[in-house]
Amino acid sequence: MSATDGALTKEIRVAGEEPRGGLAVAVWATLKRDLMLLLRRRSEVLNPLVFFAIVITLFPIGISPDPALLAAIAPGLLWVAALLAALLSLDSLFRADYDDGSLEQLLLTPQPLALLALAKVAVHWLLTGLPLALMAPVLGLMLALPAGSYVVLAVSLALGSASLSLIGAIGAALTVGLSRGGVLLSLLVLPLYIPVLIFGAGAVQAAIFGDGVLAHLAILGALLALALIFAPLAIAASLRISING
Amino acid sequence: MWAFINKLRSPKWFYGISARLQPWFWAAALILIVTGTIWGLAFAPADYQQGNSFRIIYVHVPAAFLAQSIFVSLAVTGLVFMVWKIKIADMAATVMAPLGAAMTFVALFSGAVWGVPTWGTWWMWDARLTSMLILLFLYLGVIALRGAFASRDSASRAASVLAMVGVINIPIIKYSVDWWYTLHQPATFTVTGRAAMPMEMWLPLLIMVLGFYSFFIALTLMRTRSEILRRESNKRWVRELAEEAN
Amino acid sequence: MSLRLQGQNLACERDDRWLFQGLSLDIQAGEIVRVEGPNGSGKTTLLKILSGQLADYEGELFWDGRPMREAREIFLSNLLYLGHAPGVKAALTPLENLAWYQALAGQRGGEAARFAALEEVGLAGFEDVPAGQLSAGQQRRVALARLSLTPRPLWVLDEPFTAIDRDGVAALERRLFEHARAGGCVLVTTHHELTPCAELRRIRLGGGGLDVGN
Repeated sequence: MSATDGALTKEIRVAGEEPRGGLAVAVWATLKRDLMLLLRRRSEVLNPLVFFAIVITLFPIGISPDPALLAAIAPGLLWVAALLAALLSLDSLFRADYDDGSLEQLLLTPQPLALLALAKVAVHWLLTGLPLALMAPVLGLMLALPAGSYVVLAVSLALGSASLSLIGAIGAALTVGLSRGGVLLSLLVLPLYIPVLIFGAGAVQAAIFGDGVLAHLAILGALLALALIFAPLAIAASLRISING
Repeated sequence: MWAFINKLRSPKWFYGISARLQPWFWAAALILIVTGTIWGLAFAPADYQQGNSFRIIYVHVPAAFLAQSIFVSLAVTGLVFMVWKIKIADMAATVMAPLGAAMTFVALFSGAVWGVPTWGTWWMWDARLTSMLILLFLYLGVIALRGAFASRDSASRAASVLAMVGVINIPIIKYSVDWWYTLHQPATFTVTGRAAMPMEMWLPLLIMVLGFYSFFIALTLMRTRSEILRRESNKRWVRELAEEAN
Repeated sequence: MSLRLQGQNLACERDDRWLFQGLSLDIQAGEIVRVEGPNGSGKTTLLKILSGQLADYEGELFWDGRPMREAREIFLSNLLYLGHAPGVKAALTPLENLAWYQALAGQRGGEAARFAALEEVGLAGFEDVPAGQLSAGQQRRVALARLSLTPRPLWVLDEPFTAIDRDGVAALERRLFEHARAGGCVLVTTHHELTPCAELRRIRLGGGGLDVGN
C-alpha cells in the first residue's frame, strides 16, 4: 500500500441531503453482477433443470408407463416438479452474499433495499424459472401431455415461477442467517405456493379440456402483480432481520 | 389511545391488569362452554340429513373460527411489535402460536371424525379441510422459524414478518382452494351446508364460539403472564415479586 | 452540514447479558475513535449499531443533530463500513467487485479510477484475476480500495488490519490519520496498537457492563 498523497488533496465533503439518482445505476449493476456470478457457476443454473428432468422420470417408473394415465396427471406432475426444482435453488439466493459479507454492504447502501433485492430475484427467475418453463414442454412430451397444452404449460410456468421466486425469496431472506435454513425454507414457503400451483396446473388442465385458459393466466398475472407489490418490502424487512443474527 | 399504547410498553402494568382480568374470562369460558355443550348435545334438535352426527359442529366450528382468528392475531401482534416495539405483543404472539396450531389440529381432527359418518372415510380433500391443513402448515412454519433463531429479537421479528405474509396469503389460499374444489368435485355435498340453520341449532353454536373465545383469551393471558416472568426474570420488579412470594 | 455522530445512553443486551449500558458518545470530524475491549465485549455489535445495521438496542443515535431514524439515508450516504468479512466476491475480479460497489454508491465510475484505487492498495497487476485466487490479505486490500474509490467522510472499520502484511498495516494506519486530519472521521476496532497522537480517542468496553438492572 503506497502512501496516499492524492487523498490529502481530496476534499472531504459531508453530504447534507439525501442522495438523488443513482438508483438505476445500482439496480442495473446488481442485475449484471448476479447474472455474471451465476453464469460463471453454470452448475448452479443447470442443477435445477437436471433435478426437474430426474423427478419427472421417477413418476412413470413409480406409477405406470401407461400413456393414458400419465396424460391425466401430467399437468399436476409437471407443475409440482418444476415448483420443487425452483425451490431447490432458492436457498443460495442470498446465502453466498451473506457468507462473504456483501449482503451487509447491500444493506448499507443509501438506495432502497427492496428494489436491489428485486433485481436479485429477477436474476433468479431469469436463470431458474424461465429455463424450467422452456424445458417443461419437452418433459410434457415424455409424459404424453395432450397436444394443444404445450404453449400454455410454458407460459403458465413462466408467469407462475416469477411469483414463486418472489414469494420464495421472502423465505430465503428469513432463513439466510440460519446455518441450516434449507429444510425450514421449504416448510415456510411451500404452503404459500399453493395458490400459484392451483392456477398454474389449472391453466394447463383447462387447455386440455378446451376451457378458457385466459382466465387462469389472468389470475396468475394478478398473483404476480400482488407479489411484485408486497414481496420486495417483505424481503427487505427480512434481510434486515437476518443480518442481526 | 396513546396513553393505552404507552401503558402496554410496561410488562409490569400488563402483569397487574391481566391478573384482574383473567378470572372473568375463565369464568365466562366455563359457563359458556358448559351451557353450550349441554344445550348442543342434549337439547338441540337432530339434523334431518345427518342425524346426531352433526353435533360435532359444536366443537369443529368454534375450533375452526379460533384457528383462523389466532393467525390474524399473530399478524396484528407482529405488526404492533414491529411498529411500536411493544414487547408484550411479541410475548402474546409467542404463546398464541402453539395454541392456534392446537386449535387447527382440533378442527382438522373433528372434521376427520365427522367424515366417517358423512363420507364413510377419515379424509376427504374437502375445500375446508384442505384450507385448514394448509393453515396448520403455516402455523408450524411460524413456530419453527421462531425456534430457529439464536437471538430472541430476531426470532420475534422474523416470526412477525412471516405471520404478516401469511395473513395476506390466507384469503388467497382460501379462495383458490375453494375454486380448485368446485372444479374437481362439482356435485359433492358439503357438510356445513349453507342452508339456514334453525335457531335452536345455531344459538348453542354461538354460545360455544363465545366460550371458545373466552377460553382462548383467558389461556393467552395466563401464558403471557408466565412468559413475562420468564423474559423479565432479571428485572427488579420480578425479583421483588419473587421475594414477596417467599 | 457537519460530521457529528452522537449516541445517548446506548445499551445492548444479548442473551440476558448487557454488553454495554449507559454508553454515551460524541464523535466529530477529525477524530479517530478506537473501540477497545476483550473478545466478546461487544465491539463489533457497537460498530454495527453505530453504522445503522442493528436495530436491537436501547438509547438514541443522532447524525448531525437529527435522530438517526429521520436522517438514515443521509447518514448512509456519508458512511463507509468495512466489516469482518471483506465483502469481496470470489468469482469476480477486483475490478468487477469495485465496479459493483461504485454502482451501489450511485456512481457510474470509470475504469481509470478503479485501476488507480487498486494500484494504491498495491494490487497493480491483479486487476483481472478472480478474487478467489487472491490471498486473504489481498482480498482485504480489494475491500480497502473502496476507501479512496468512494470518498465518504465517516469510516467504520471492523478489524481492518486483519491478514494485512506489515508494510500494508503501516500504510493503512497513515491513511487513517490522513483521513482524520483532512476532516474525516474513523471509527475502528483493532488488536493492532495504533500510534498515539492528538486525533486518537478510545472507547473501552467490557468490565463494568455486566450487571443488570432496570
